[in-house]
Amino acid sequence: MIQGNRSFRAILATAIAAALSLLSFPASAQGAGHPSRGPGLSQGFRFFEMSGEELFANVCQGCHMSDAKGATGAGTYPSLAANVNLRASGYPVEIVVNGQRGMPAFGAMMSDDQVAAVVNYLRTHFGNNYRDAVTPEDVKVVRR
Amino acid sequence: MQSERAAVSRRDLLTLIGTVSGSAAMYHAMTSLGFASDSGYKGPIKLDGDPKGASVIILGAGLAGMTAALELRKAGYKVQVLEFNSRPGGRNWTLRGGDSFTELGGFKQTCEFEQGLYINPGPWRIPYHHRAVLDYCKRLGVALEPFIQLNHNAVLHATKAFGGVPQRIRDIKTDFQGQISELLAKATQQGKLDEAVSKEDREILMQALRSWGALDANYAYKGNLISADFRGYSKAPGGGLGAAPAPGEPIDLSEILKSRLWRYLQNFALHTFQTTMFQPVGGMDMIGKAFAREVGDVIRYDAKVTRIQQDNHGVTVTYTDLKASATPQQAKADWCVCTIPLSILSQLPLDVGDRMKAAINAVPYSPAVKIGLQFKRRFWEEDEAIYGGISYTDLPIRQIAYPNTGFNRSGRGVLLGAYIFDGPNAYEFTSMPPAERVTRAVELGASLHPQYPAEFENGIAIAWHRVPFTLGCAGNWSESARAEHYDHLCRIDGRIVLAGEHASYIPAWQEGAILSSLNAITRLHDRVVKT
Repeated sequence: MIQGNRSFRAILATAIAAALSLLSFPASAQGAGHPSRGPGLSQGFRFFEMSGEELFANVCQGCHMSDAKGATGAGTYPSLAANVNLRASGYPVEIVVNGQRGMPAFGAMMSDDQVAAVVNYLRTHFGNNYRDAVTPEDVKVVRR
Repeated sequence: MQSERAAVSRRDLLTLIGTVSGSAAMYHAMTSLGFASDSGYKGPIKLDGDPKGASVIILGAGLAGMTAALELRKAGYKVQVLEFNSRPGGRNWTLRGGDSFTELGGFKQTCEFEQGLYINPGPWRIPYHHRAVLDYCKRLGVALEPFIQLNHNAVLHATKAFGGVPQRIRDIKTDFQGQISELLAKATQQGKLDEAVSKEDREILMQALRSWGALDANYAYKGNLISADFRGYSKAPGGGLGAAPAPGEPIDLSEILKSRLWRYLQNFALHTFQTTMFQPVGGMDMIGKAFAREVGDVIRYDAKVTRIQQDNHGVTVTYTDLKASATPQQAKADWCVCTIPLSILSQLPLDVGDRMKAAINAVPYSPAVKIGLQFKRRFWEEDEAIYGGISYTDLPIRQIAYPNTGFNRSGRGVLLGAYIFDGPNAYEFTSMPPAERVTRAVELGASLHPQYPAEFENGIAIAWHRVPFTLGCAGNWSESARAEHYDHLCRIDGRIVLAGEHASYIPAWQEGAILSSLNAITRLHDRVVKT
C-alpha cells in the first residue's frame, strides 16, 4: 500500500521533523479550543489530512472526543488529556500504527509522517507537554 | 481492504467475468459437494438431557443473548439476562419518528421522521441462506418482505467519469456484459480459445455469448433493438401512431473500464447479496421485539456489567443499575453465556484464562456510519422510477438505498443517504457532530439526485463508534488473529462461554450471532448434562 519513493519521502520527512523538533511548542497552543477539522474529506483508503491537528480532529476525535477526554458507555474510550502513558513516545506510536484491543490499527491508512504528526500533536496538546517529538523513522520501525 | 488497482489485468477481467457470469458454475460445483450455500443451520436446536435445575446468566439481550435465553429456558434452565440498554435487540435496532438517541460525547438526536417511516442503523437485510435468522422469524411470527439489492434502474456514479453524470445500472451491466461477450466471440472465432474450449463446445459458446451478451447475428454488440431488449430504449415502445421504439447507444467498453463502475457489479453477484434478500415488515427491530415477547420477563434492562468472576461453584456478575442506585449489585448463576462485544469485554475484569483473554484483546471494531434522510416526496420513484434497491457512488456516502416498502405512495419518504464503512471516511464522519453528518450527506447525495436540496426535510446519523452499547460496528478479525485466537475465544472457559457475531465466521451479520449462540449453548449443555 505504501509504494514508490518511500525511502526518499522518509528521509525528507525525517529532515523536516528534525527541523521542527528544534522549535519549542508554544504553551499557549495547549488546550486552547477544540481542534479544527477542515472541510475536506479523504478519497480512497488513505487519510488526506496531513497536520496533527487535522488528523486528530478527523480520526482520534471520533472516539476520544474533541477535548481528548474520551467517553464512557458500556465501555470507555480512555482520556488522552494529561495522560502519563504518553510520556514514552513509542507507546502512542505503537497503538496508532497497530491498534490495541477494540481500537483499530491506523498504520495502513496513514503514512509515517502522518502518524508522527498526530502523535506529536497529541503529546503537546490537551494538557500533555512532551517536547521530544517522534520522527517518521520512529513510526517506520513499529510497522509490522 | 476496498482498495483497487490502477490497471485492469487480464486476470482481473477474467475474475470479473467469473463474478458477473460464471459464478453459477462454481456454485453448482460447490453445492454438489455439500450445501456450500447455507449457513450451517440444522434446524431448531435440541438440547436433550436434564440440566437438573442449573442456572445460566446471560450477558446481553441482543440476538445472541436472547437466542440463548429462549433455548436454554426451554431446555429447563433457570435463566436471567442482563442488558445495558433499556430495550431488547442490541444492534438489531430501528429508529422511528419520536425516538431519540444520545451518542457518546453527549450529542442527542431526536428522529423527526413521519410516523411509519424508519431507518435500521444496524443490520438491514437478510440473505435467503441465513437459515437461522429466517427460522427464528418464522417461529416468532416476524413478517418478512423482499429487500431489493439489485435494482437495474438505480444508478452507479463516479465523480470522475461520464462528467459526473450517474449511469443506470442496467446500462453499465448490459453494455459491459455485451462487449465482453463480443470480445470473447471474436477470440473464439479467431481460434484464440481453441486450447481452452473443445471444438464441440465452441459452437455452443458462440450461441451462449450471443444470447447472454445481446449480440447481433454477426456476434457484434451494438445499439440496436437486440441490445435495447436488455438495456432499455432511448424511445420506449408505445401505443398508436409514432410508437415505434428506438434503441440507445451503448457505452464504450473502454469508458466503462476507466470509470471503474464495473467494481460495483459484484454487489449484485456475491453470494451474500444474491436474491432473494429479506427485511422484516416495519423495521429490523421486529426481530428483537419478537424475541423479547418470549424472554422479556427474564431480562433486566439498564444493567451495566462491571465485573465477571467465576470459581468452581459458579459465576458472579457485578453490575450497576443505570436507572436506580449507583451501588453495585451482584447476580449469580452456575454458568454464564457472555455476548458482550469484545470492544467492551476487553475492558472488564474477567476471570478467564490467558488464552481467552488474548483472544478477547485481539479483535478491533470496525467503524460504520449510517444516515437516514427524510424527503418531502418519494422523488426517486416519482421522477426516476427507482423503486427500492441501492445506488453506488465513489463519494464518501458510498451508497444511497431506497426504501423497499411503501412503494408508489404519495407523500414523504425516508432513504438511507449514506452507508460508510471502513476506511478514512467512516472515521471522518464519526468525528463530525451528527447534524454535520446529515448536512454532508445531503450535499454529497445531490450529485446523484439534484432533487435533494429542495426536497430534504430532516435526518438522523448513527456513527457506530459513538454507540454506547457497542463502541464500534462489529468485530473485525484479521486472518492471522483468527488463526491464532478464534478457537480460544469460542472454547468454554470454566463456567463461561462467549457468543455473538464476534464468535462466528459471519461477522457483523445476525446469522453469525445466532449460530454462535446455538453452538455455544450446545457445548455448554453437553458439559452440564455430563457433570
